[in-house]
This record gives sequence, C-alpha cells and structure tokens, in this order.
Amino acid sequence: MSVHTSVRQQGRVASARVQRRHNPITWVQRGGLTTLVFLLPLLIIFGVFSWTPIVEAVVMSFQKTNLVTAPVFVGWDNFVAVFRDPVFWIAVRNTGYFAALALIFGYPIPLVAAVLMSEVKRMKGFYSVLAYLPVVIPPVVSVLLWKIFYDASPNGVFNSILGWVGIPPQPWIQDAATAMASLVLEATWAGAGGTIIIYLAALTSVSPDLYDAAEVDGASIWGKIWHVTMPQLRGILFITLILQIIATAQVFLQPFLFTGGGPVNSTTTILLLIYQYAFTQSLGGAYGEATALSLMLAVFLAVLSIVYFRITARWSDK
Amino acid sequence: MKSPGKLAVLAAAALVGVGILSGCSSSSGAENGKVNLVVAPVLPGATADALKSLHERVQQFEKKYPNINVKAIEYQWTGTTFAAELAGGTLPDVFNVPFTDSKTLANNGQLADITKYFKQTATADKWNKNVLDVATGDDGKIYGIPWGPYAMALSYNRDIFTQAGLDPNKPPTTLDEIQQDAKTISQKVPGVAGYMQMTKDNTGGWELATLTQSLGGKLEKVGADGKVTVTTNNAQTKQALSWLKKLRWTDNSMGSNFLFDWSGINQAFASGQVAMYMSGSDVIGSLMQANGFDQKKYGVTTFPLASNDNAGILSGGNVDVVNVKDSPEQLAAAVKWIDFYRTQPTVDKTAAVNNAKTLAKGDQAVNAPTLPVFDKATWQQNQEWIKPYDNIPVENLKPFNDNIFNQKISPEPPSHSQDLYGALDAVVQAVLTDQNADVDSLLKGVDTKVQALIDADSK
Repeated sequence: MSVHTSVRQQGRVASARVQRRHNPITWVQRGGLTTLVFLLPLLIIFGVFSWTPIVEAVVMSFQKTNLVTAPVFVGWDNFVAVFRDPVFWIAVRNTGYFAALALIFGYPIPLVAAVLMSEVKRMKGFYSVLAYLPVVIPPVVSVLLWKIFYDASPNGVFNSILGWVGIPPQPWIQDAATAMASLVLEATWAGAGGTIIIYLAALTSVSPDLYDAAEVDGASIWGKIWHVTMPQLRGILFITLILQIIATAQVFLQPFLFTGGGPVNSTTTILLLIYQYAFTQSLGGAYGEATALSLMLAVFLAVLSIVYFRITARWSDK
Repeated sequence: MKSPGKLAVLAAAALVGVGILSGCSSSSGAENGKVNLVVAPVLPGATADALKSLHERVQQFEKKYPNINVKAIEYQWTGTTFAAELAGGTLPDVFNVPFTDSKTLANNGQLADITKYFKQTATADKWNKNVLDVATGDDGKIYGIPWGPYAMALSYNRDIFTQAGLDPNKPPTTLDEIQQDAKTISQKVPGVAGYMQMTKDNTGGWELATLTQSLGGKLEKVGADGKVTVTTNNAQTKQALSWLKKLRWTDNSMGSNFLFDWSGINQAFASGQVAMYMSGSDVIGSLMQANGFDQKKYGVTTFPLASNDNAGILSGGNVDVVNVKDSPEQLAAAVKWIDFYRTQPTVDKTAAVNNAKTLAKGDQAVNAPTLPVFDKATWQQNQEWIKPYDNIPVENLKPFNDNIFNQKISPEPPSHSQDLYGALDAVVQAVLTDQNADVDSLLKGVDTKVQALIDADSK
C-alpha cells in the first residue's frame, strides 16, 4: 500500500467518523439523549433560578422600575447616579479597608494555625474540632453573640476582660474608628476554621520524603516550612487568597447585623449599599441603581480574578 | 439506559423535580366555598399570652363570619424590609403600613382598591376626612383603613425614676428637665442610660423630625406651587442635635449603645437599660406584646414642645391595607376583618368591651394611649366603655392623657419621608459617636441627597 492510498483511506475513515458524529440516530444510540435528559433538570433549574435573574438584573440596571408599573429604559443613568452618590465612594473605601484588614489578620492566621496543627503529634482531632467549631455555629447566631460580647459598657464581656489587665473600656462597634476592625475580628474568628481544614488537607498531600530529605540536608523547622511546605501549598494559597478577596468584597452579614452600616456609614460596604439601594426605601427601592452597582462589582471581581490567575499561573509554573 | 421506557421515567422525574420547585405559588384564596385570609396583626416574638388573646379574637371573627378562614401570622413593618417583601410578593392578605407610606403605595398601584367594600362598613361615613386621607389615593379611591393614630411621647421607667430619687408622678416637662433627670439617673443608677433615642433603620431621622417639629422647625417645606424643599439644615434641627450632643458628651447620660432600631430600644427599655426614651404614645402595647414588660413600671408623658406657635408634636399611625393580588372575595373578607379587628372596638360598645375583655385576659394592653380615630367625643366614650378592663394603671398614663389634647398635632414630612429619615440616621449617629461631628455639612448633604430624590419624581 502506497503512502498516498493510506492517507486517502485515513481521510475517508475520518470523514465517516465526522458523519457518524453528526447523525442524530447515532447520537441517540451513543447515549446523547440520556445525557441530555440527565442534564435537563440542571439546565432548567440553573436557567430559571440563576441565569434568568442574572440576565434580568443586567437589563434592570438600564431601567427605572418599581417592579409593579412598566419599566422605563434610562440608559446609563443608574450607573451615573451610583458614581455621583457620595456614599458609594465611602462604601468602596470601607470595603477595601475591610478586605485589607481581613487579609492582614484573616489570611495568615489559618495558615499558621494549620502548619502548627500539622506538627502536633497528639490530640490532632481535638484541635481540628476546636478550630472548626465557629464554622458550625450559624453565622447569624455568632454575630448576635459577638454583638453581646462587644457591649461598649464597662460590664461588656470584652471590656470586662480588658479591665482585668487595666485597659479602659473600648467602644468596639459604637465608634466609627473601631467598628470595622471589630467586624473583621468576628469574621476572622468565624471563617478561619474552614480555611484551616483546607490547609490541613493540602498539608497531608505533601510527601514526607521531602521533609526527610530536608532534614538530611540539615534544615531547621523554619527551613522546612519555608522551603518545603510553602512551595508545596502554593497552588492552594493562591486559590484561598482569591477566594478571600472575592468573599471580602462581598461582605454583607457583619455590617448588616452588627451596625446596619453605622456609625455614620463607617461600616457601609458595597453589598450593604446595594441592599440599601434596593430595599431600605420602603416605597420601592432604586432597583436600577442596585443592579447597576451589582453589575459593576461582578465585572470588577471577574476582571480581578482573570488578572490574578494570569499572574499567578506564571508564578505557579516556575 | 437506552430503552424508551427508561428515558420516559427519567424525563418524568426531571419534570416532577422542576414542578416541585416551581409549584410554590399561593393558593387561590378559596377552599370548600370558604374564603382564606392571611392577616398579620401580631409582632414577631409575641408572648404566649398575646398569641392566646389573638387566637380568641380570630375565633370570635370566624364565628361571626363562618365562610371566612383566618390565619394570623407575625409581622412587623420595618422600612428596611418592607420593599423586599412587597417586591417578593411575600406579604399576607392584610398587613399594615405607616401613615407616611400608604398614599404613595396606593398611587403606585401597589395596594388593592377596597372602596366598594369599605363603603359597606357601618362607619364608612363617620370617618374624619383628614384621617382617611392617608388611605385615599389621588384617584379618590380608598386603599386602606387607618388605625391607632399616635403622638410621639416620652416613655419612662417608673422604677428607675424611684431608684434615682426622682418622683415618677412628676416626669420632665421641658427639654432641660429631661436633660437634668437623665443626668441624675445615669449618675445614681450606674449602667442605665438616662435618656436615649433610636438611631438605626430610618428611626434616627424619625425621632430627629420629632425633636425638630417640637421646637417649631420643619424638615421639608411645601411651596404655594406644591413644590417640596428639603430644609434639614435649619436652626431647630441644629438646636435638637446640640441638645443631644450635650446629653451625650457633656453629661454622658445616654449609655454606651448608640445603634438602636425600634425593636432594639424597646428591648433595652424593657430590660431596664434605658430609663427614658422617645417613641409613639401607644408603644406600651408592643412592650407588653413582644417584650413581656410589666406595665406597672411604665410611665408616659407628652414630649415637651417649645413655646412658639410653630411647635407641634409629630404624630403618625398605621393603615391596614390589602394585598393587590387578592380576589374580590378576599378583598371583601379582608375589609370585614379590618373592620372587626381595628375599627369596631373603637366605635361599638359590644365590640369594644369584647376586645378589652380578651386583651385583659391575655395580659395585653387595653388602655394604651392613642389619639382619636374619629373625634374626641367618640374616643372619650370608648375610654368609658373599656374603663372596667383597664390594665395599665391609669395614673401612669395621666401625664400623657392630661396634656395631649393641649398639644398641636404636626404631621410627618410629606415627601420621601422614609428616605429623609434614613439619610438623617447618619447625622444622629455622628452626633452621638463623634464629639466633633460637622453637623452643618452633614445636614447639607442630607438636603442635597433627598432633594435630588424629590426632584427626580417631578421629571
């Protein structure tokens, strides 16, 4: 068989394959319909409950509507109104401040805790339970509990503890200067457990041989962490970092339940502002402005994620 | 998995799954010839006693109208959740909104037109036009039935007054006296705020409006052409804020919590953390219903007014309205319910006595101080009927009841009231949490923000 014939034959086989793939009967015979039927509930549920609202929100961001009478298209007016609202810039600043504080306190703490816990030889389960416990408490319950702890009178729980070491009572969430930091403290406490568990799981996948090798090379504990643990965890660290940034950009529960955005808008975050646009005006909210700001936040986070993954992909490849 | 039978089963399962998820819509409102009606006359967290007396009232109603099935649920109007409930379609058939909102909601087509059924009630012609106006749309149709009008008042804890060496029968009658008493209380009863106001979820602005109007100022002015101008940056509002500043920073008599909403401050008052606070004159009803507060400790007096002619006490009230999606049968039933539950006990002796008996049995407020719905004579007559069942010591209410008819009533700001209140929350919070708050620029900011909303309406 000449080379030419062989190539021609191969071409024919390939085109037959293509034909077979496009034939509906073959598609059904190969289980395409079953796949589609299995997929259908998911497509319908996502379509109805996720994608439709997303598309409707995008449309609504260009409308003025009270959800009862016919909406009116207003072009970019809603976006302009958001940019002109002085509280918007306060909310951006507050969200950035929350994210920064959460990054400084909330990001390293679970990592350090996980590394320490993985080094512990006894009662590992006990420490894991202890770390994970706050995650089990319903978030609303823990915020309401902390609200009691944050009582600004000298008899408040935290203020009493401070009193034992001679520190005067703090205003906690009652003062614009300390409110946001107080919110971050609770959020870190509530969220650290979940991240610790992720790190612990990742740490088990680090091959013990690497540690043995490092030990043979005379590495100290710090050396082992820096040269073995950290590089091995790099992928997970990048993921948790972007997840944390996305989560902190969307912080709502703490400002909503602790302070309602006060004192004096010092804890009004972007998501709380979206909520305020849509719902605090009892006569029908500025739904257009709320969806416009939601859209801006979504686009910002999407762009941030893409840029982040581009950059970190380069680092991860090293 | 290729047989048609199996595929059919899968497809059916998928459709059933979707059907279950999408099948949560409301019932038609009628069942076995009976009309179903969901009403919301009780606050969340109501005591067992409150629920018992409500249950009894529902039974009385169902006995009177055997073809109506009533289901009573918990509900509290709050500025921050109402729009979501309205937009989400989760409101019951009958619910209440404040005086400030009913007219706009009616004009927006968000409330049911109940004119036909309202006209059939016994009291249809008795209503004071000014009161009924809050429930009348611009088209002249009736969209709700007002109830429980109140004036803002000063509530106080008589026990704490006694502990501080003050006479609970002589509550303060001027702003200076409130300040003095608050100072004395916070000094003599540690851990108790002498005086406090609400600051969150639009209530901060509501109470600042009360203070401003009590001093003779106005937060909004209506021109001859009907144009509304926001005027929060006025002398009286600044006077009110500087009074609060004195209590907070000079006397330190406002405690340590400065973020209170309506239910939050009720809770704080009921648990003895706050000695005096500003609220509606009927708040004892809620304090007993939701906080189990002992009415013997309760004292209430009129909120002091300045001596100038413009000074008036801010008043408000509720309007029971009906869900716009209801069927005609439900509308008819809803109006019957509102008439039975809210209106009849104020005008009909038998209904008044029955209501008072049920409330007293359930340890709920019988004689909470309110303003007349119709006229003063009807109101006084009603007070006579229920007198034997009064369960709040009459002498505790005397300072209020003796003086309220001498006070000029002043309605709430007319345009975007809740938006205005919301914007003013931050100003009140600023004064209470920052000694150096720049009141001028904050108030100017509020003026600009709310004026823009008002101007946008007329575009």
